[in-house]
Amino acid sequence: MNRIDNLFQNKKQDILSIYFPAGYPNLNDTVPNLELLQTAGVDMVEIGIPFSDPLADGSAIQAAAKQSLDNGMKLRLLFEQLKDARQTVSMPLILMGYWNTIYRYGVDQFLKDCKKIGIDGLIIPDLPLEEFEAHYKSDFEEYGIYNVLLACPETDEVRFQKLITATQGFLYLVSSSATTGGSVKLDEEHKAYFNRIKKIETPSLIGFGINNKESFNYACQYANGAIVGTAFIKALKKNKAKDFIKKIK
Amino acid sequence: MTFKDYFKKYPNEEGYFGEYGGSFIPPTLEEEMKRINEAYYSISKSHEFISELRSIRKHFQGRPTPVYYCNRLSEKYGGRIYLKREDLNHSGAHKLNHCMGEALLAKYMGKKKLIAETGAGQHGVALATAAAYFGLECEIHMGEVDIAKEHPNVMRMKILGATVVPVTHGLKTLKEAVDSAFQAYLKDPINTIYCIGSVVGPHPFPMMVREFQRVVGIEARDQYQEMTGELPDNIVACVGGGSNAMGIFSAFLDDKDIKLHGVEPAGRGIDKEGEHAATLTLGSPGVIHGFKCYMLQDKTGEPAPVYSVASGLDYPGVGPEHSMLKDLERAEYHHIDDNECIDAFFELSRLEGIIPALESAHAIAYAIKLAKANPKQSILVNLSGRGDKDLDFVVDTYGLPEDREA
Ligand SMILES: Cc1ncc(COP(=O)(O)O)c(C=O)c1O
Repeated sequence: MNRIDNLFQNKKQDILSIYFPAGYPNLNDTVPNLELLQTAGVDMVEIGIPFSDPLADGSAIQAAAKQSLDNGMKLRLLFEQLKDARQTVSMPLILMGYWNTIYRYGVDQFLKDCKKIGIDGLIIPDLPLEEFEAHYKSDFEEYGIYNVLLACPETDEVRFQKLITATQGFLYLVSSSATTGGSVKLDEEHKAYFNRIKKIETPSLIGFGINNKESFNYACQYANGAIVGTAFIKALKKNKAKDFIKKIK
Repeated sequence: MTFKDYFKKYPNEEGYFGEYGGSFIPPTLEEEMKRINEAYYSISKSHEFISELRSIRKHFQGRPTPVYYCNRLSEKYGGRIYLKREDLNHSGAHKLNHCMGEALLAKYMGKKKLIAETGAGQHGVALATAAAYFGLECEIHMGEVDIAKEHPNVMRMKILGATVVPVTHGLKTLKEAVDSAFQAYLKDPINTIYCIGSVVGPHPFPMMVREFQRVVGIEARDQYQEMTGELPDNIVACVGGGSNAMGIFSAFLDDKDIKLHGVEPAGRGIDKEGEHAATLTLGSPGVIHGFKCYMLQDKTGEPAPVYSVASGLDYPGVGPEHSMLKDLERAEYHHIDDNECIDAFFELSRLEGIIPALESAHAIAYAIKLAKANPKQSILVNLSGRGDKDLDFVVDTYGLPEDREA
């Protein structure tokens, strides 16, 4: 069974998923960071594949991606680093990246390498669902890799329903229409949006702008949990990763 | 392939030109792109919109711009070289053609603010002009390197009331300016609209910008025919993103015997990575800034560094429609380096009394080559912009021809 399904079956609430870019802050930090997060009791991790023009990301993640690229991080190297990660890391692992990196690597080879390492799912914010379904869905299925889809407040009802059924593992709910790194808005308009997800069967996590205990708890009222990226990266940079997780959990 | 019903079929509904184009964007942008697409179809085809745009073209932009025969240039190099004078379009380049269209659409959609990137500053100036005309706010993102190089255009934007946001990451040129503009747009897609500067970006931009630029080709075809009683043998235009080239190519696609030449910047040489932006010549298919196209990239899919003396041409991607026209071999793409560009810049200035933009000087340089090789043929060049913005930079960097020879 896919580890993501396993997670959502065993835990319905307060799921904490952490995002950090591969090779950050130092090139060889990827696996140590994973081990640290597992020890700290994090439920799932998204590893960012750095790309220089990430349309969905705010300045903090862009800067981190840049640093990771400057450190020499590349997809090939990331797979190399993760080769033995499954010996120590058992939580579900997701890779998040932009389509051109994967397309250029070769989709089939990419999926094959993901499977070999034990990657459970992918988040590719700029790969449209239609493109995925027309050309790549069967390949993903063949390797048992989940394609996690994103919805946002502007997503209309028809599209929302389509995303609920098409997503695999869980639905990633973007808290606001901006890029990563803002702070989640706790206003009425967002309540209406978040309330939509309360009613759905598909597991869901809220991401973008979850930066402290308060916003984490708020998100958990509506979804099965939340994803923290920018705030964690800032903690990583200050060498305060462990404290940060302790505080938010 | 026939080009008979071309404009109805390309792009298709998902925004594809063959395998290029499409819409590779996060869902946060998806809804807004759908809205712009719907608005484009419902509003821009309305009688009201078309009449208003036509009136603007005539009374504000000063269209039609003339087609001009280059007497002395043709005499010196052979061939018959004609220019479509987009340098005489209001604000000094073809860019105003799509900016007035995009801004008019923004007004109908109730947007308050126009956001865009700019390389040479021509698109920024054109958009700032359109914003002033319609009473909209305007925010232009521009790389620091280009800000230093294109000082007059920065001043023009500011005088026109636009905010110029300096972009400080990466190479600090056009690609980074696009990143920055997208970010700003994502912060408030409801009240703002991203008016992209060329036939690039996610659907519907490549289509919209082409449609608004088609006026160039439609006019030029009539004018040329009226002047000469025939059609030209060759069309030449420079290609950055490809808007001015699509504008003029579009009117001649269905004339199989007319050769379409796009000219890319070879910068300091196409054999050196990072020293050129010859995307169609040397690129491979990839996805950048929300669309699929030929792209200069490294093995891992990172956009390659690019360079050209012309700030409006140094982009690692290119319009999806050009990518398709290349594969179909309907258009040919060539390259001209910095030195050839600078020579052409002075040639046109001194032989015809027309100072071209450095971008357009690439097209002139190629037209000169073509004329030398085919002295019996006619060549219609899209002179996409005037060179006032480049004067200081050219003279400071290269000196005057007589100084260089000395
Ligand atoms: C005068 C002029 N010509 C051409 C270009 C290149 O753009 P495109 O290839 O979209 O026509 C620019 C861009 O700034 C420009 O200013």
